[in-house]
Amino acid sequence: MRASTDPHGKGVTMDVTAIVNGVERTADVEPRVLLVHWLRDELGLTGTNVGCDTSSCGACTVLIDGRSAKACNLFAVQVDGSDITTIEGLAIDGELHPMQQAFHECHALQCGYCTPGMVMAAVSLIDEYPDLGDRGVRVGLEGNLCRCTGYQNIVHAVLQAAGEQERHP
Amino acid sequence: MTDVATHRRTGAPRVGESAPRPDGVAKVQGRFAFSSDLFAENLLWGQTIRSPHAHARIIDIDIREALSLPGVHAVLTADDVPGELHYGLEHQDQPVLAADVVRYFGEPVALVAADHPETARRAAAAVVVSYEPLTPLVDSALAAQADPIHPDGNVLRTLTIRHGDLDATAAVVVEGTYEVGMQDQAFMGPESGMALPSADGGVELFVSTQWLHADRRQVAGCLGLPEDMVRITLAGVGGAFGAREDLSLHVHLCLLSQHTGRPVKMVYRRPESFVGHVHRHPARMWYRHHADTDGTLVKVEARLLLDGGAYASSSLAVIANATCFAAGPYRVPHADIEGTVVRTNNPPCGAMRGFGAVQSCFAHEAQMDKLAAALALDPVELRRRNALATGDTLVTGQVITGAAPVAEVIDACASHPLPDLAAVDEQPMMHRPGGAGRTADAHHVRRATGFALGFKNLLFSEGFDDYSSAVCRLENGAVTITCACAEVGQGFVTLAQQIAREELGIDEIVLAPAETATVGSAGSTSASRQSWMSGGAVQAACRAVRGRVLQQVARRRGVALDGLVLRDGIIESLDGSVRVDLADAVDGPIEETAEYHHRPTQPLDENGQGDAHVSFAFAAHRAVVDVDPELGLVRVHDMTTAQDVGRVLNPLQAIGQIEGGTAQGVGLAVMEELIVEDGIIKNRSFTDYLIPTTLDMPTVRIAALIEEPEPDAPFGAKGIGEPPTISSTPAIVAALRAATGLELTRVPVRPQDIALPRS
Amino acid sequence: MSNVVVPTTLDEALALLAADPQLSPLAGGTDFMVEVNHGARRPVRVLALRAVAELRGWRRDGDVLVIGAGCTYVSMADPAFAVAAPALAQAARTIGSPQIRNVGTIGGNLATASPAGDTLPVLMALGARVEVASTEGTRTLAVDELITGVKRTVLHPAELITSVRIPVARGPQEFCKIGTRNAMVISAAGIAVVLDREAHTVGCGLGSVTAAPVRATDAETFAAEAIDWSTLRAGAGTTERFGTLAADAATPIDDHRSTAAYRRHAIGVMARRALERCLS
Repeated sequence: MRASTDPHGKGVTMDVTAIVNGVERTADVEPRVLLVHWLRDELGLTGTNVGCDTSSCGACTVLIDGRSAKACNLFAVQVDGSDITTIEGLAIDGELHPMQQAFHECHALQCGYCTPGMVMAAVSLIDEYPDLGDRGVRVGLEGNLCRCTGYQNIVHAVLQAAGEQERHP
Repeated sequence: MTDVATHRRTGAPRVGESAPRPDGVAKVQGRFAFSSDLFAENLLWGQTIRSPHAHARIIDIDIREALSLPGVHAVLTADDVPGELHYGLEHQDQPVLAADVVRYFGEPVALVAADHPETARRAAAAVVVSYEPLTPLVDSALAAQADPIHPDGNVLRTLTIRHGDLDATAAVVVEGTYEVGMQDQAFMGPESGMALPSADGGVELFVSTQWLHADRRQVAGCLGLPEDMVRITLAGVGGAFGAREDLSLHVHLCLLSQHTGRPVKMVYRRPESFVGHVHRHPARMWYRHHADTDGTLVKVEARLLLDGGAYASSSLAVIANATCFAAGPYRVPHADIEGTVVRTNNPPCGAMRGFGAVQSCFAHEAQMDKLAAALALDPVELRRRNALATGDTLVTGQVITGAAPVAEVIDACASHPLPDLAAVDEQPMMHRPGGAGRTADAHHVRRATGFALGFKNLLFSEGFDDYSSAVCRLENGAVTITCACAEVGQGFVTLAQQIAREELGIDEIVLAPAETATVGSAGSTSASRQSWMSGGAVQAACRAVRGRVLQQVARRRGVALDGLVLRDGIIESLDGSVRVDLADAVDGPIEETAEYHHRPTQPLDENGQGDAHVSFAFAAHRAVVDVDPELGLVRVHDMTTAQDVGRVLNPLQAIGQIEGGTAQGVGLAVMEELIVEDGIIKNRSFTDYLIPTTLDMPTVRIAALIEEPEPDAPFGAKGIGEPPTISSTPAIVAALRAATGLELTRVPVRPQDIALPRS
Repeated sequence: MSNVVVPTTLDEALALLAADPQLSPLAGGTDFMVEVNHGARRPVRVLALRAVAELRGWRRDGDVLVIGAGCTYVSMADPAFAVAAPALAQAARTIGSPQIRNVGTIGGNLATASPAGDTLPVLMALGARVEVASTEGTRTLAVDELITGVKRTVLHPAELITSVRIPVARGPQEFCKIGTRNAMVISAAGIAVVLDREAHTVGCGLGSVTAAPVRATDAETFAAEAIDWSTLRAGAGTTERFGTLAADAATPIDDHRSTAAYRRHAIGVMARRALERCLS
């Protein structure tokens, strides 16, 4: 990482290099820029939403080196050298990730604002714990708020994606 | 015509089937554009300067320093509003920008536009507003007598219902006082939008909203422009629940854009969102129920006081609902009910899912349980004995002519198998009251059940000319539907396609963007009205197109019009002589516009009597709660519900609405409240305004969707969004009362209300 | 204009801090960034500690557990960690959500010095020692020496918390906390109870009910004497009395999260239950 003065006179900027959705991205970033704003405003990855600014809602969840993190909670310069996956990086060659497919089929969304973060958290959860029941999915998604669905269809979708039969609590 | 079979229906879902959302694939991929994702070249960023006081006189606003900052393009105050200085949904009393006095914490005072959001925030901080603080009026009980805090006075509306014999009484009388706290809609996507100057000197606004044409009327008025110079397009909406029915940043964005000649975008952060929209009215309610010894209700007396906050918003309609439905879905021959909504220096309140019925349902259901206890009668049985049915008369004198399967709703919900009431031991600690906090061992937990019934009106009431518009265009075999109905997540886009497929038999239905320039008003996405109203408009437009197609075919083929039928996209004559694909049947495009009105309603008279409502929907909930009485912590273990839906148009979507609506009722019951002290909101964040998480929501079990078709409604379908939010809260509190023996007269029920009931 | 520096070694970090008094250390950012986002904190320059390897993880050093200041809450879910420090593992699990536990650190919890910091009552109950370093050298502090009030510490601008040392568990431990939601909630009251079967002592730390971390010393002394250490049993009324004494040590306030009366009550109930769980 290297510091330099921004050509637009915005002050000091720093080089950030990160793999974002499989592509190496290098950019001059103002140090104060949050990861979520770098993703949204500089890289145009607007699928990652901002819901609360207090790391409470999970709408901005992305994967950093495979683990879920809230992108409103990190400066972009902190992820220098990391591997980042956003919602835009899940589908491969236009084919939905099984988690995306399950959310769509199970009506696990209404307004859809929480959906990208919820899907990313769910992908991370199933990756770490493939063998979860209804309760386990609920425990694992405690960090992602949804105001539309009451979560039930989200739990169905995650279980479907995990290839599990739903176990009633 | 041998090839028509290949054009036949390929299985795209129609009315009654679980069609997938047309926006679902984009939403799961993060490609759906929300209003916060808007961008234009040459974009400026807006920021709002807001009052830090609940009540104060503005002495001076000094914008010089802010204007001098590099990158700042505009700083505007009330002096810069070219048109009407006030706006409002029903009553035009809210300033676009406060001029001489601020009446609530967070009221907009000035605006900034700059070339970077951070610059805009700094410029906003550099605007110096000098205030002379005034004593805020924050006690709704004192508002009517207090000095007016607004030229229009402090009493927004009082509605009196006098029905039957006001002196009637009966053998058993129960009385109680109840309170509901201020709930927030807490949609996930904070307010945002973008305005652009248009070539004709007007403005284009892209915004997340619930009612495009009501926005246009108010925006145009404040800008001093004719309505056709204001074009509003729906941008992706991150939830609404009533909070987007009023204007928020709409006029502000347009003012900044008009002033700078550039596109301007604004995105509220969460703390600003909490002061940027209206909330659910806090309520104080006194009730007295009179019943015979067999449980037959004789009279209901009630006095309701709602705190409207600083401006009217939709308070006038909210108090009408709270008052009209104050007695609950029961036969009540005599009623003496008065509802008042007042103005205070608290945050403005307006629409939220359930709209007035939520508050009174909490009270009337507590009263019904109290009455059942006094009569030593089963609470469900008491409700069954008094349940409304078609042909019964409401306390407003209105006879219910439509479907009212209240007894069926009660029976279905109450008879659904209960979960194991003794199985607390099997719950892992995380799923007990206190959850992740590890506070409860199994033997600390009591499990109990509660039951509640609720209802409300569908569509707008009291003589409002309520309608929706839609355009159907058939061209080269493809159908495009244009409707200004705001899709806020409820799934109208899915239903519109299903309805068009049903009427025309064509699978591919394109939905044009919802905007003001191409179609008339669809009315508001509220009051559980869009499936009925905009669904009705889409149906009517499609039928009009179908009629013209059949006419053309009849004329051209020389067959009788009444001998032609359209089925699965194929026009056939009964005699078999004609068989043609709809796509090939006509030359050139056919376009029809329809305006759908529901049957007219009447205003209420001075005794609160009149046919003020179109239709009613009913729901029941049975809650099973686990409570740790010593710590006052709660976990809702099970919610079972039955609902009167008329007809299910899309089962997955209907159930999704019921689950989500129930969750908002769970929130009001046990955690959700904006804490307001001296007019200041203390918990303007998702850290401290708590909504249910995955671990707070139980599985919602649907005992039954009662399908008794509503005679007036398209396809017989009733709106379904609101009833789940009405009866869920009182069912939970009933269960908490059963578990603890406490009165619990206030929601949300806080831990100390259970653990330290006398403190 | 703010700036962020991202050192990779502790020496580098300390040198940067020594050279620049306006450099704000940033660990997981779960408190810090919220304040930045809300404009409550406008750091001039930021020292991001995420890449400093020496601060990460934990190790066992005989009877002592040495926890790096950069050890994340999710690392404390490791079964080996939970055996050595059960109450700390429990407390770490109650914090935030998976996303927060993936980045939040014990050093950040200490440096933020919020009364609601969930690891603080455990560290108090355990008599933890906090190692603080600068280019001038290191010093070791108790948690209540480090934290003197609400969000107030004795750290100098050039000092960094580097590690926390706690004794490996020698008896049952319990942590619990009150939130008005069943997950992802800031504590309205919290408590840790730690029994040492060899030293025959009881530790009891309180959370969210005092401005600076405290131990309920009267409760600790009472319980240590009341417990039959050979059987881990205690006479009738012991746990109730322990709860009362713990509640007496609380000096809570009314705020938008709860009331003083409820917080004191909850401390009493949780103390009793925690000790009940610890006794056989």
